[in-house]
Amino acid sequence: MIGEGIQSTNQRKHSYVQDRVEVGFFTDPSVCIGCKACEVACKEWNQVPDDGFTWSGNSYDNTGHLGASTWRHVMFLEQDRQKGNQITGPMGLTEAEDPFRWVFLSDVCKHCEEAGCLEACPTGSIVRTEVGSVLVQNDVCNGCGYCVVSCPFGVIDRRPEPLPDAGGAFKCTFCYDRQKSGLVPACAKVCPTESIVFGRLDDLRVRGAERVRQLQQSGYNDAQLYDPTETSVRGIHAFFLILGEPEAYGLPPKPQVPTIYLKSAWISAFATAIASLIAALAAFAFFS
Amino acid sequence: MTSNSPSEKRLEELREQAWKDGVVPGKGVDVAGGPIPRQPGYYGQPVVKPPVWTWEIPLYFFVGGTGGMSAVIASAAFSFHHLNLARAALWLAAAGAILSPILLIMDLGRPRLFINMLRVFKPQSAMSMGVWILVLFSTCAVPGLIALELLALHLFTGAMDQLLNIAAGILTFGSAFFGTLLATYTGVLIGATAIPAWFLHRVLLPIHFGTAGLGSAAALLELLGHRISALNFLGFYAAGVESALLIWLSIDKHGAADRAIHEHGSGWLIRIAEILTGPLALVLRFFSFVPFAAISFLLGALVSRIGWIAVGKVSGSDPESVFAAERY
Repeated sequence: MIGEGIQSTNQRKHSYVQDRVEVGFFTDPSVCIGCKACEVACKEWNQVPDDGFTWSGNSYDNTGHLGASTWRHVMFLEQDRQKGNQITGPMGLTEAEDPFRWVFLSDVCKHCEEAGCLEACPTGSIVRTEVGSVLVQNDVCNGCGYCVVSCPFGVIDRRPEPLPDAGGAFKCTFCYDRQKSGLVPACAKVCPTESIVFGRLDDLRVRGAERVRQLQQSGYNDAQLYDPTETSVRGIHAFFLILGEPEAYGLPPKPQVPTIYLKSAWISAFATAIASLIAALAAFAFFS
Repeated sequence: MTSNSPSEKRLEELREQAWKDGVVPGKGVDVAGGPIPRQPGYYGQPVVKPPVWTWEIPLYFFVGGTGGMSAVIASAAFSFHHLNLARAALWLAAAGAILSPILLIMDLGRPRLFINMLRVFKPQSAMSMGVWILVLFSTCAVPGLIALELLALHLFTGAMDQLLNIAAGILTFGSAFFGTLLATYTGVLIGATAIPAWFLHRVLLPIHFGTAGLGSAAALLELLGHRISALNFLGFYAAGVESALLIWLSIDKHGAADRAIHEHGSGWLIRIAEILTGPLALVLRFFSFVPFAAISFLLGALVSRIGWIAVGKVSGSDPESVFAAERY
C-alpha cells in the first residue's frame, strides 16, 4: 500500500470535482521524513506570501503554527519518557524502552464535517465545495475576523498588513483550483514518502485504519487515528495518524463546533432582553 | 589553562562517560533539564487562535449596548408620556445607531467590502444576526428620532399630528425591540466561539452585556440632567444584577480553562469592572451620590468590554485552557 509510486492516488489525474466525490487527506507521521516539501509546494503553488523568518528554537520547526500565510506546517515532536508530558510506546524495540522519539507530522486545515468557520462566516464567503472541502472565497471576505475565533483547531487567521492581500481570512484551499482541473493538491503531489495521501475519503478511512493496525502489530502501541467523529465536529476530511496523545501535537482532544453553544447563549440573551424591557416599563409605571 | 577548574573537570567527566558508555545521559544533554522550560501542548503554541479584534470592538460593545438600551428607556418613557426624556434617550440611541456601524466597519480587515455582510441572512452565525439587528435598529432609531423631534415641535395639527404620533410610537418601539437584542447579542457573539473563557460563560455574557447596557443608558441620561426616580430605579436594578453576576463569576470557576478571567491583566480588568458596575455603583447610589454612581457604572461598563476582549486574547493563546475546557 505504501510506496505505490505513480500508481498511487497522489499522482493520478482524477475527476472528483466533476463526480462530486468526497475527498480527503490522510497524513501519516510514521513515514514522514520532515523534508517540508509540502510547506514549500503549498507556498509556491498558492503564492502564499513570506510571513517572516524567525528562529523558534523548537527542534527544526521554525514555522510555528498554521495561519493566514501557513497552510501546511510540519511539526517536529521530540519525545521521551523524561522529556515529554506523555509515556511513549516501545517503537518496535523489544528489550529496551525507546529512549527518544522524533515525530514529524504535516498539519493542515482539517476541512471539518461541521466547520466552525463556515457556520460563523457572516458574508457567505466560506463555502463547502463539491468535494466536501471548506473554501474561503477571497474576493467576498471582508475580514470581520469571526471565523478566526470560531475554528476549534486554530487554523484560519486574518492576514496582517503589510503582506499582500492583507485583511482577509486565509487557510488551506485543498488546492480547489488544481482539483477542478483533475490535479492532486500540491502538498500531496510532492510528498516523497506519501506521508500525505490524497484520495477518496472512504478509501482513506479504510487505509488509515489498516495503517494503525499495521503499526500496532509492529509495536507502536500508541498509534491511533485523530478523527473526532464522536464530537459535534462529526469528523474531519483531513485526518491524521498520531503516535501518542493529541495534546502533544497541539490538537484539541475533543474539538467542538461553536454553534452548539448558540442555543443556551441565545436563550440567555432573549431572557435578558425581556427582563430589561420589563424593568424599564416597571421603572416608569411605579416610580414616576 | 587550569585543568583543575570545576568546569574543565566536568568536561573531562563527560568525555570519559562518552568514551565508556557511548552515550551521555543526564541534564547536560536533556532539553527538559535545560534553561528552556517545557511548555504545554506543542511547544506552548496556541491551540485555537486568539481574536484579531482591536479597540473598535470593545468600544462598539459599549456604544451599541448603551445605544440599544437607551431605545428601551425611550420607549418606556414614551409610553408613560415623558416626551422630553424619550427624546433625550432616543438621541442616545440614534448616536449609537450611527457610531456602531462606523466602529464595526473600521475593525474590518477590508472595510471597503463591508456591504458583503448583507449578502446573507444566517441564523447560525451570531455575527450575521448581529449585523441584521444593527441594521434594523438603525432603521428604526434614526427615523424614530426625527418623528419624535417633529412631534415635539408641534408643527402639525389634527390627523397629521396623530399620524406622526403613531409613527413615532412604532419606530420607538421598533428601536427598543432591536435595541435590547443589540445590547444582548454581543454576549452570544463571543459566547458561541472556540475561546474557552468565552464559551464557558456563554449564559452569563448576554446577561452581563445587556444589563451593563441598560445601566449605562440610565446613567448617561442621569448625567445629562434627567434625575428622575425611574432612572434611579434602573440604576439600582443594573447595579444589583451586576453585583449578582460578580458573585456568579467568582463561584462558577473552571480552573485552568477560564483562568484568564481570574489571573493576568485581563483578570484585573474584569475584577475592576465588576466592582465599578456592581457593589461600588450600588453603594454610591444607596447613599444618593447618584452622579458618582453613574460615572462608576459607565466606567465599569467600558472597562468590562475591554476586559472581556482581553480575556479572549489571553484564553485563546493558552493551550492548557483549551485542553482543560474540553473536559466540560
